[in-house]
Amino acid sequence: MKAEAVYDELRSRFPEKVSETQGQGPLKCVLVKTDAIEEILTALRNELGFRHLSFIAGTDLKDAIELAYGLIAYSQKAMILLKVRLDHANPTVRTVTHIFSGANWHERETYDLLGVKFEGHPDLRRLLLPDDWKGHPLRKDYKEEPSYHGMPTTRDPLLGRT
Amino acid sequence: MWYLLFSPACCAIELMQAGGVRTDLDRFGMVFRATPRQADVMIVGGTVTYKMAERIRLLYQQMSEPKYVIAMGSCANSGGLFQKSYSVLKGIDLVLPVDIYIPGCPPRPEALCDGLLKLQQKIMKEDWGKTVAAREPKLKEQPVG
Repeated sequence: MKAEAVYDELRSRFPEKVSETQGQGPLKCVLVKTDAIEEILTALRNELGFRHLSFIAGTDLKDAIELAYGLIAYSQKAMILLKVRLDHANPTVRTVTHIFSGANWHERETYDLLGVKFEGHPDLRRLLLPDDWKGHPLRKDYKEEPSYHGMPTTRDPLLGRT
Repeated sequence: MWYLLFSPACCAIELMQAGGVRTDLDRFGMVFRATPRQADVMIVGGTVTYKMAERIRLLYQQMSEPKYVIAMGSCANSGGLFQKSYSVLKGIDLVLPVDIYIPGCPPRPEALCDGLLKLQQKIMKEDWGKTVAAREPKLKEQPVG
């Protein structure tokens, strides 16, 4: 079953919750309703052979935060991409760690860099940055602090150029 | 010179080459030490993040006097390629007193070797008491850890 067929299957199973196929290039995607991500991923994993969650990636679109879930079915040599749009002021989505345990660190990284709250996550701490870091640096409205633990975050240009 | 066998990033590959057969730092009496308590020169080779900078400062504080720091490569000198990043320290000299800067991305083993020889020359000429006196008030300001 190739990606197009998977998207058609999803649309027939979850009407109103899965959008038309979007995007250009070899990997198309569908936009999924935020509250349906758990049941759709469960169905993909248990019934359609998508046993591997490859990545969860986040993007700040300024008016929304968009998450992309990449799933792979090795038995069918197929890859699909699901996207959800979250509220920019309070990005919240249900965790998928109980479906794909590998999502744990992906969700922690997305929380770390974009501040997305994953409800029901067993251990939602920062993954890469220090625990006492302020803000989420991949957000477009992120402002860098002047110093971190006494270390300045800027320095004078070495050659008088900026 | 006994250098600390440590490096935060990819300049470490050149550091290993410098210790290898071609450049062979051993012939200048330079051998690596695996603990900061036995080392007297720290070669900071690579991109230093703020998170890592605190660990490097801790390593430096464990070294006994006299101690020296070499900033190896663009990243340790100024942040280099990654200086626009939110998490990268813009030069290790913002945290530690640096004696020798080695440019390059990465510097070749010959350049590192030259830097270490320059440091030897500098040590031959220095008044160690004055060096430590100049360094000490700066160190006292920095919190441990």
